[in-house]
This record gives sequence, structure tokens and C-alpha cells, in this order.
Amino acid sequence: MSKSLNLYIGGGLATAALLTVAANFADRNISEMPSQPAVMTAGMSNPDTLFIAAANAAPEHVGVFGLGRVALPEEVSAWDLDISPDGTGLPSGQGSVLDGEELFSSYCAVCHGEFAEGVGNWPKLSGGEDTLADDDPLKTVGSYWPYLSTTFDYVRRSMPFGNAQSLTDDEVYAIVAYILYSNYLVDEDFVLNSDNFLDVDMPNSDGFIVDDRAEAEYPIWSLEPCMSDCKESVEITMRAAVLDVTPEETRARQIQNMIDATNPNSVSSSSSSSSSRTGQTTVVTTVVSTSSNAEETAPVDAELAGTGEKVFKKCKSCHQVGDGAKNRTGPHLNALVGRSLGSVEGFKYSKTLTDMGTSGTVWNDETLAAFLANPKAYAKGTKMSFAGLRKESDVTAVIEYLRSFSR
Amino acid sequence: MSDSVKGPTTSRRQFLAGAASVGAGALAAGSAKAAGDPLITEVQDWASGLGDGVDEVPYGLPIEFESDVVRRNVPWLTADPISSINFTPIHALDGTITPQGCAFERHHSGAIEMRKQDYRLMINGLVDTPLVFSYDDLVRFPRENHVYFCECAANTGMEWAGAQLNGAQFTHGMIHNMEYSGVSLRTILQEAGLDAAGDLKDKWVYVEGADASSNGRSIPMEKALDDCLVAFAANGEALRKEHGYPVRLVVPGWEGNMWIKWLRRIEVTDAPVESREETSKYTDTQEDGTSRKWTWEMDAKSVVTSPSPQSPIKHGPGPLVITGLAWSGRGAIKRVDVSLDGGKNWHEARLAAPGDKMAVSRFYLDINWDGTDMLLQSRAIDDTGYVQPTKTQLRHVRGLNSIYHNNCIQTWWVKSSGEAENVEVS
Repeated sequence: MSKSLNLYIGGGLATAALLTVAANFADRNISEMPSQPAVMTAGMSNPDTLFIAAANAAPEHVGVFGLGRVALPEEVSAWDLDISPDGTGLPSGQGSVLDGEELFSSYCAVCHGEFAEGVGNWPKLSGGEDTLADDDPLKTVGSYWPYLSTTFDYVRRSMPFGNAQSLTDDEVYAIVAYILYSNYLVDEDFVLNSDNFLDVDMPNSDGFIVDDRAEAEYPIWSLEPCMSDCKESVEITMRAAVLDVTPEETRARQIQNMIDATNPNSVSSSSSSSSSRTGQTTVVTTVVSTSSNAEETAPVDAELAGTGEKVFKKCKSCHQVGDGAKNRTGPHLNALVGRSLGSVEGFKYSKTLTDMGTSGTVWNDETLAAFLANPKAYAKGTKMSFAGLRKESDVTAVIEYLRSFSR
Repeated sequence: MSDSVKGPTTSRRQFLAGAASVGAGALAAGSAKAAGDPLITEVQDWASGLGDGVDEVPYGLPIEFESDVVRRNVPWLTADPISSINFTPIHALDGTITPQGCAFERHHSGAIEMRKQDYRLMINGLVDTPLVFSYDDLVRFPRENHVYFCECAANTGMEWAGAQLNGAQFTHGMIHNMEYSGVSLRTILQEAGLDAAGDLKDKWVYVEGADASSNGRSIPMEKALDDCLVAFAANGEALRKEHGYPVRLVVPGWEGNMWIKWLRRIEVTDAPVESREETSKYTDTQEDGTSRKWTWEMDAKSVVTSPSPQSPIKHGPGPLVITGLAWSGRGAIKRVDVSLDGGKNWHEARLAAPGDKMAVSRFYLDINWDGTDMLLQSRAIDDTGYVQPTKTQLRHVRGLNSIYHNNCIQTWWVKSSGEAENVEVS
């Protein structure tokens, strides 16, 4: 302790000395780096650095430069979550296929399907056995993943999409058990736990070889290449235009619209007819200019809606709103305020939301606030995996933002 | 006409005749009408009024006339744009450095926003002292600057089965090339001390990001101690959010997925973690159903960026600059050949500068185009002597079911109209 105090003072003196030198010889090169680590640990005037230093009163770190501080055991365990194929890092706990089925339905099925078969372009987690040598192999946890540790590790750290690290270890065990079940790798009464984890056979565990390009490819393609008359004839065998899957180049137009929209001159001239514009900045402007025409709803508070737009980032991974919004993981949120719960066509809601809607519940300030604060409490069984907005001010702001798309 | 113009020789008379025939349509700069070019003969607004002051744009974007030079994505490719990729507009860029604002992005859980003061980097595992660094700590280590390319392993992956996408941006745009400033990973590892790791030969470094995808990859210790960089700046300024602000890992020559963004943890281990990204993804299934893993290096590759489907020839026959990019994850580009006839005959292109290790090279072939169809190809050769293979050669070894590491020779069919199309040839 006294040693580090000395170092600090020493460092301070050294800095002062350097400054003096700088003042005296301002036109000379005095930027040479201090070579002693002791000098380099000084300079903890930054409050952020002080906080880090304060968090660690006990262990000392010498190192080469003496930079950084010793990581505390609780910090290491908070971040060091990876699990190795031999089970290193696996937490204790357990989960059954049956529990997993329910959890999977609530948290995972919206993208991966009730039977882990995948929805749209989202990953399929089951099926595909014996297809790896086929023309179009289906790579799933069952058919392709070599280690069960990878599945547990990934679900635990990165799922559900948009609400990662929200599952308990037991829930992860259960979901992994259900994924195994959906691949016919375990029976329906199976319970996965830290003891039987390594006993599960993964069908493709022997399906991988270490990169062999150095032997299999490099010798073939390291010969002096032919320069002239390398082949007798050249025929076109395939054309991209036939498939025609190149996306349209609409982005440039969108950007041009945004440039127009953010230009004060063009906003004033276009605000009355700018409903087709997609630029985020125009949304609020448009609302303000049209609010006087809206009879059934109160004017939108543009500033609050702006704050809500920032909060809405949390929702964006699943919900679209605004021009051209479509159903994605969650339903689109255009014209949300005033409509019945669970009523967007083409979206598969939980039974709870549909029932609430058909029994007359409508999205308004009150119902939205209750739902957004604690979705699962307000609508038990909702598929929305989001945990809820903790701050009341965030709830109010995001509702205001959504109201701006509800007229 | 410059002396450096090579290629099929056309007499000056023929060239002038050709130019005249398209001149009217092409609105060449010299299309002098009887009254002269009004852009010259009449006083233009910009020659009379005033432009923007220096306080107008504190940080500038490209002028609006370049608004089509942007990243683009392919919506059908992924389930959701948040876990997706977009493409660098390589067809419209020149030189070698990719501006950050249009350098491709690939996220697994979206581009997160993290302040420097909220940034922490942990190093743990088989080290003498597990450490935590703040951003301010990191920038106090001795720094290095290097130019490296970063290519997604899936670049050109959609072209395995056949010619699909019409544009160099879409077929080859999962690449960027930037100058990085940062601290060598070796320095960070040595700060924590590697005595506890014992024999370093069979040790690994597991690196992970701070975003919700927790993208993590295992890197052999040999590479970690060789040339990896813990980078905080690119092209002279802070990294962009989409590239991992404030800190990302740079793994020269190796697939982009390993260049962990928002780098938060470095763990020294005695075996690879076998994470999702190194087992279920970024592995290469061969014809017999077995899959290669740990295919880290990006093999030598090149593409003609112009002319190409998004960058057609608009000027008719005559002098034509054929240009493109070449790179190799195993060294420096030594030579690039260009074929105008689908690989029958090859011409050595001119490298704009001698190749640098694991950095993109720009090549040019200046020709006198006679206005007939071309089947344009380029072929990179790196300093290991590796020659970029054809698609047929690659398929012969790997089959049709690979996704990643497609470094085949690309063919553009340039028609007499100047338009180009992505094709495959025999």
C-alpha cells in the first residue's frame, strides 16, 4: 500500500518535472516516452480510472507496463461463461424435455418453430439427419453440431434473440433437452443435467477434419499459370440474369429522401404530403403538422415521441413501425393505439393476446403502459420475450412514439 | 493517349473513328457544339456565387451526387437485418483504403452503442494475473499502425452453386481494407503474463465480444502472439459503431468472423472452446459430408471491380481502364493477370503499388477497347506462389455444398453495349 502511494507521488513529481522541461524547451523534441513502469502507473486523475483503481484495493499488479488492474473473481465469473466440449465451465443444474417444450414455445418458437423446425429464414434446429453429403444439406443441432457444449453455451449467452442472458441455467438445461428431443436424440421423459451432459451422443461428432487445404489444395494451385491459348473454346454456361435475385438499388433513393427531409427548406414544403417519406427525422415533423386534423386523438408531443424513438431501439429487433412496416418476429406496430389486442392480420399471436382482443381489450395508454412495464404479468403466455421497460418515463415516451404512427 | 495504354492495338485513326460514333450519345467533355459548351461559355452559378462556409459541415459526408455509393444488403439472404450482412460498394471505389462509412458490416445481434468510459477489456484464464483494462489504459500501451483487409468467410459464398448476383458489390463486397491503429495482442498477453500457460505451443486464446451475440472465437496462441492487433482506430479516426467501437480485434489475413468487435474478453485456454461460430458456422462441408474446421486463412483472391454489372462502360470503344482488387490472407499479392476472353489468354496487370502482406492491392489494365464482347476475369498470385483457382477447380476439390472460402475466379460478360453481367464460363 505504502509502495503504491510512493509510486503515485513519484509519478506526480515526474510529470511535474516533464512539464517543466516542456516549458523550458518547448521547441525541442521532449516527447520521449518514460521507460520505467513506475512512472507509467501514475496519472490517475481521470475519475474513471480512479473508479477502477478503487474497485480493487487488495491485489497488486506489476506486469510489464503496470497498466490495468487485477480482475476480481466475481468479475471473471460474470464474464467467463464459455463452456468447452469436455464440460469445463458447465454450471450445475438440470432441466427436463417437458419443461423445455413449454419454455421453447414461449421463448424460441416464434423464430425457430414449435418443433425447432425453423420459421422463414430463421435457423432450423432439428432435422437434417444424414443430409450432409446431399446436394442441399440441412445443418441443425442434430445433424451437424459436433458438441452439446456449444448448444448450451450459445443458448445461455446469446438467446433469446433480443433478450440474451435472461434465462436461468435450469431453463437453459430444459431448452437444450427439448432441442435434443426435437432431434430424436433423447426420449420425452429425459432430464438433462450436469452429470449426464457428456453422455449425450452427438451424431456428427466425428464429422469434422482440421483444415487440410495446405495438402489438398495448395500444391495443385501453386504451379506457374498458363498465359496464352489456355483452352480451346469458351462458352457461357450460366448467367446471373436468369436467376435475377439481385436486390433493387433503392437505398440511394432512400438516402436522397432523407437528405431532402432533413433539409429545413424541403421539410416545410413537403410536410403536408410527406407521408411516404421514411426518414426517421421526418416522422415527428409530419405528426406535428397533421395533428390539428386528427380529431379522435390528442396531439402528439414531438419531443416526447423523439425520446420514445430512442427507447424504441429496444423493440426494433422484433417490431417494425412506420412506412412499409411488416410483421417480423413481432407484429408491425402501425395504427397500434385504438386497435384490439392480437388483431394484426397474418401474425400468429399467443392465445392470450387473441382472447384479450376478442373480448374487447384495446391498446391505449393504459393497456400499453401495463403491458410494456411487465409483458408477462399483463398477458400471461404472450410470445413477446422482452422483459419489460423498467423506467416509467421510457414507457410513456415509447407510447407517445407509437401514437405518432397511430393516426 | 498515354504510352502506358496496352492491350489490343488499335490505330489512332480507328480509335478516333470509334470515339466519333459514340461521342454524341456519350456527351463527351469535348463535344464542342457550334456555340461551344455552355458549361464553358456561360458563367455558371458556382463561378459567380458563393459556396458553403467552413462552419457549415463540422464532419462531412460525401457530396450528394455520390449518394449511390453506399453499402447495400440482400434482404432474402438472412431472416432479419439485425443479424445480417451488407456489402461494400467496391464497384465504385478506387485506391485500396475502404472509407469506414461504406465498409461492409456483419452483426449477429446488431451494432451496439458503447461509450469509451463503459468499455472494459478482461484477460483471464491461463495467465499469471487476470486483468481488467479501461479504454484509457489501453491507449497507454505502445501502438502500431498496419493496413489489413478484413474479408468475411462467406464473401462470394452465394456464388458456389452458380452465378447469382449481378454486381461486384454483392459477389465480392464482404471485404474492406483499412489502416488500423492499436496495441499488439502480444503486448496485452505479456502484460498479464504467460508463465502460467506453460508450453505456449498447444495453447489457445478465446476472444469474445460484448454484444448480445457473444461472438467468440478460439485463436491458436502462435497467431495471437504473431500479428493480431487490439485496434481502436481505423483510417485515422475512431472505429465506427458498426465495426466495433470502441475496440475490435484485428486478425490479419484470417476470416472476418474472428475479428471480434466490441472486444471484451481474452481468455488463455489449453483447448479451443468450439463455440457456435467455429463449429456450426464457418466450417466447410465437403462433397462426402465431412467438414473442414479451423479454415482460418483467406486464400488469394481478386475481382475486376470495373467494368462490372454495376459499373458498365458508358463511353464506347477506345481507352478503357480495367481495374480491380486482389488480396491474400497468406501474404502479399505478387501479380494479377487479367483475361478478356474468359481465361483463354491472360495479360499481366499493373499493380498500383507493390503488394503488402494481408492488405488489398489495386490493379489496372489499360486497354483500347474495340467495342466487342469481353469475358473479363482476373487471377491473383500471392508471394507463396498460390494462383487463384477457377470455380471449376474449386468445385472439383470441395464439391458444391461449401458456403465459405469461395475464392474462385470471377467472370463478367461485358457486352458491346458496355453493360456487364455475372456469368460462368466453361
